[in-house]
Amino acid sequence: MTNSITIFKREMISYFYSPIAYIVIAVFLLSSGYFFARILALSQQATLMYSLANTQVILSILAPVITMRLLSEEVKSGTIEMLMTAPVTDFEVVFGKFLAALCLYLVMLAPTLLYVVFLGWVGEPDMGPIISSYIGLALMGSMFVSVGLLMSALTRNQIVAGVLGIVTLVILFYLGFAVSGTEGWYVPVLQYVGTYDHWEPFTKGLVDTKDIIYYVSITVLCLFITIRTLESSKWR
Amino acid sequence: MIQVEHLSKRFGDKTAVDDISFRVDEGEILGFLGPNGAGKSTTMRILTGFLPATSGTARVAGYDVFTDSLNVRKQIGYLPENVPLYLDMRVNEYLTFRAQLKGVPRKDRRARIQEALEKCGVVEVQNQIVGTLSKGYRQRVGLADTMVHNPRILILDEPTIGLDPNQIRQVRSLIKELGKKHTILLSTHILPEVEMICGRVIIINNGKLVAMDTPGNLTSKLRGGATIHLEAKGPFRQIKAGLEGIPSVLSVKGEDESAAPSGTRTKTHRFVLETDKGRDVREEVFNAFVENKWVLLGMKKEAVTLEEVFHQITTREAEEAAGPLPPAEGPAPKGGIKETVSGLLSRVKSKGSRA
Repeated sequence: MTNSITIFKREMISYFYSPIAYIVIAVFLLSSGYFFARILALSQQATLMYSLANTQVILSILAPVITMRLLSEEVKSGTIEMLMTAPVTDFEVVFGKFLAALCLYLVMLAPTLLYVVFLGWVGEPDMGPIISSYIGLALMGSMFVSVGLLMSALTRNQIVAGVLGIVTLVILFYLGFAVSGTEGWYVPVLQYVGTYDHWEPFTKGLVDTKDIIYYVSITVLCLFITIRTLESSKWR
Repeated sequence: MIQVEHLSKRFGDKTAVDDISFRVDEGEILGFLGPNGAGKSTTMRILTGFLPATSGTARVAGYDVFTDSLNVRKQIGYLPENVPLYLDMRVNEYLTFRAQLKGVPRKDRRARIQEALEKCGVVEVQNQIVGTLSKGYRQRVGLADTMVHNPRILILDEPTIGLDPNQIRQVRSLIKELGKKHTILLSTHILPEVEMICGRVIIINNGKLVAMDTPGNLTSKLRGGATIHLEAKGPFRQIKAGLEGIPSVLSVKGEDESAAPSGTRTKTHRFVLETDKGRDVREEVFNAFVENKWVLLGMKKEAVTLEEVFHQITTREAEEAAGPLPPAEGPAPKGGIKETVSGLLSRVKSKGSRA
């Protein structure tokens, strides 16, 4: 575990030495701030529900950008050899990198708390849905980051890893919409697999164990496959 | 310290390492010699637990590299070829990260890093970003990393590659210095390096171990005799006859300069003596000159260089691909391989005399 924290610290240093953290945060704040302002002006309601509902697509794009270099670059530049010949386990490496990406994701979200402060200043927001939304954002983030990390383990090209992650998450996002209005046994299945139906309840103030289990289990699954991928790279 | 037994590694149908056995004793500096692509790096990667072997076993500090990988990795400092470093970190940040990762206790960390920085001569760049450093400095940062946790064993893959001559010299003396406290396995294809640093040498070619001995023994076994160059003044024929009379001198070649026009040359004769195995004839040559009152201007003994040994062994392998060497036998790799080495060397020799 101490090794995971060591790796976490190194990845955080790396994030803020490179422009990537700043670019990702800037893009996110620009778009979320725009939506927040427009939606607030149109709806005249002191709520984050609509603007946060919108952030999911942006996060689907930005989370893989955060994670894309985590493992692919290690393999490409050969530093993986230095890393894996130090006394660390595959789990510690993957978990440390996961924590770093999740942390950057949360850092990226943190400034949106100012929107909440602003809402409290101009109106009387219902804090319940806001708190549940942030819980949902954190859970969703851990899933998005783990999917991105898995993609980063699958290829040594970080651009490919990023694109694969974005495509996967965007497809998962639209899966629920794509089948709505149609009928068949696959409709509930695809709606359950898709991300949107699990995110929406959080914005309304509902924290359902079903949705928590969905996010946590996909996170664990992706991290598990990532560890296995890292192990198997030795055998190829 | 390191025991390797019948180690093989195949990538698909290509065999990178083929049934290698050897051992490295505590406190030894062992040189791993071979042409590019011979399987040096692969062997080292297996020893560090980065790659699994296809068959065979390897133990490092008593731990199996496959089943006890974490314990093995705690005991070693490994410098991979090309020294992959995180280019975006500062040198001291990088070393702090590595020291933490390798479990250096917090209270010792600062002192260990400082010592590594000083020993490897990177104190003055400790606040620079690794990506801005030259190849030589990166190499030394890599070396500092290998020793930061004070490991018992250092495994260095071509530590002097890509350095300028001064840096090579520094790194070599550093390795020699480190060899006093650590067991070192180092690979290279630069021969003088091995002769200077290593107590023992392993030569591998096409994944097979072809020779294992001290650098001195390897060269002397290959061709027991030496070549002696002489410069002399005096009657050419008599000197030549006198030299031929010395026992164990096999042949004397000379250039007669007495016919040269006077004034233009100093009438110095040059002789080249080929001598038989194991005997130093220089004393007898000198005595012969003294007795006959000839003038001896210079005498130089030329030993076979490791370079020649290496060349002969590795090219011979390729020529005789149809009839490869008998593999080292049995569980006692030391004796078995020595046997093979002398067998090989005598064959090399007989081949040389045939030609």
